[in-house]
Amino acid sequence: MSKSSTSAILNSRKNDLLQNWIDNQVEDPSLREDLMTNDEMRSQSEELLDAFLEGIKSDNFEDISRQEFNTINDILSGISLSRAHSGFTPRETSIYVLSLKKAIIRILQEELKDAPDQLVNEIIKVTTLLDSLSIVTFETYIKGREEVILRQTSEINEISTPVIRVWEGVLALPIIGTLDSERTQIVMESLLQEIVDTGSTIAILDISGVPAVDTLVAQHLIKTVNATRLMGAECIISGIKPEIAQTIVHLGINLEGVQTKATLASALKHAFTKLNLVVGKRKNY
Amino acid sequence: MDRIPILKMGDFLLVTIQVDMYDRLALNLENDLIQMVNKHEAKGVLIDISAVSIVDSFMGRIIGNIATMSKILDAETVVVGMQPAVAITLVELGLPLSGVHTALNVEKGMQLLQDRINSSDFHIDDAEADWDDDDDQLE
Repeated sequence: MSKSSTSAILNSRKNDLLQNWIDNQVEDPSLREDLMTNDEMRSQSEELLDAFLEGIKSDNFEDISRQEFNTINDILSGISLSRAHSGFTPRETSIYVLSLKKAIIRILQEELKDAPDQLVNEIIKVTTLLDSLSIVTFETYIKGREEVILRQTSEINEISTPVIRVWEGVLALPIIGTLDSERTQIVMESLLQEIVDTGSTIAILDISGVPAVDTLVAQHLIKTVNATRLMGAECIISGIKPEIAQTIVHLGINLEGVQTKATLASALKHAFTKLNLVVGKRKNY
Repeated sequence: MDRIPILKMGDFLLVTIQVDMYDRLALNLENDLIQMVNKHEAKGVLIDISAVSIVDSFMGRIIGNIATMSKILDAETVVVGMQPAVAITLVELGLPLSGVHTALNVEKGMQLLQDRINSSDFHIDDAEADWDDDDDQLE
């Protein structure tokens, strides 16, 4: 057999193929009608199928990095990315390409039912190609998801470090979530800047929202405390849960020279004492 | 030869660093300052580094040295007005300058020195920014 007839067969029966493919997608129980209308799906599928048929005209079923597959790679990447962003599951995204395989195989079966050997050969070729294409789909899908995650991470970093003025000369900074080097840097910078801006002499780092403290986190905290001290302010760490205190002792972390308090309230009390302030109940005579 | 002026204010010496330091300048400052402490029997040294935007490990060490030497000559050192970037740099370099007092600005630094020399007995705890007057007076 000199030349594959797959390309010719599929081209001649393009409309059946498209209909077949769309039916396959519609039949699939995981179709997301809430995220995508059927018309949208039809136009998207048609565009992809055109690019696909264009690609296999050269009879290359092996190497999808070649030029004739550029269009289909771009279209697929675009589709996967948009699906990743709009919340399709990986399964739904891959079903899209895999259901095309089913449709193609059915057409080939009808056309080549008299030549079983050729049929098997063609099916193997088509399968190889579509598998490569579905890997492309999946890779881009994952990439899209990673972009989303990265964007969210940076957003969380930006919004999660508010410096609060709790009193004249007293700042508080509640830390929520885990501390890594990057976040520590942000926390440190915003705290020190606020100390300069407000001329505060006491800063309270509240770690009630920190789930676990390991040696690294402790080191970051100590760094922040030292930097605050260098600026000429005092830094108190508050909100230390009993289990965190346990961890700190078990890990042998040395918090000497760091003022620690169990609650934000007692840290504030300490700050008042430092500032020679007295807060008390008013007596009614 | 560049020199950084050292001003005398009562019992204290006042140094305002208004240029970015280079090594020669820092060494000169160290020399001059320690001579001045000795000559005037100063009780405190206040170094204002609010104009310093770049600091390196050498500079950090010089500040530490000045503090230690003054301590030996019975004078307290306070560093005031450190920029956030400088503080972060020093911490990252592993130079927390323990033994040096710090304050936000010259006013607060002066207040701190005043408080420290008014209490007849004090000691510096390592890495502790505790400028409470100690109550255990030596009679």
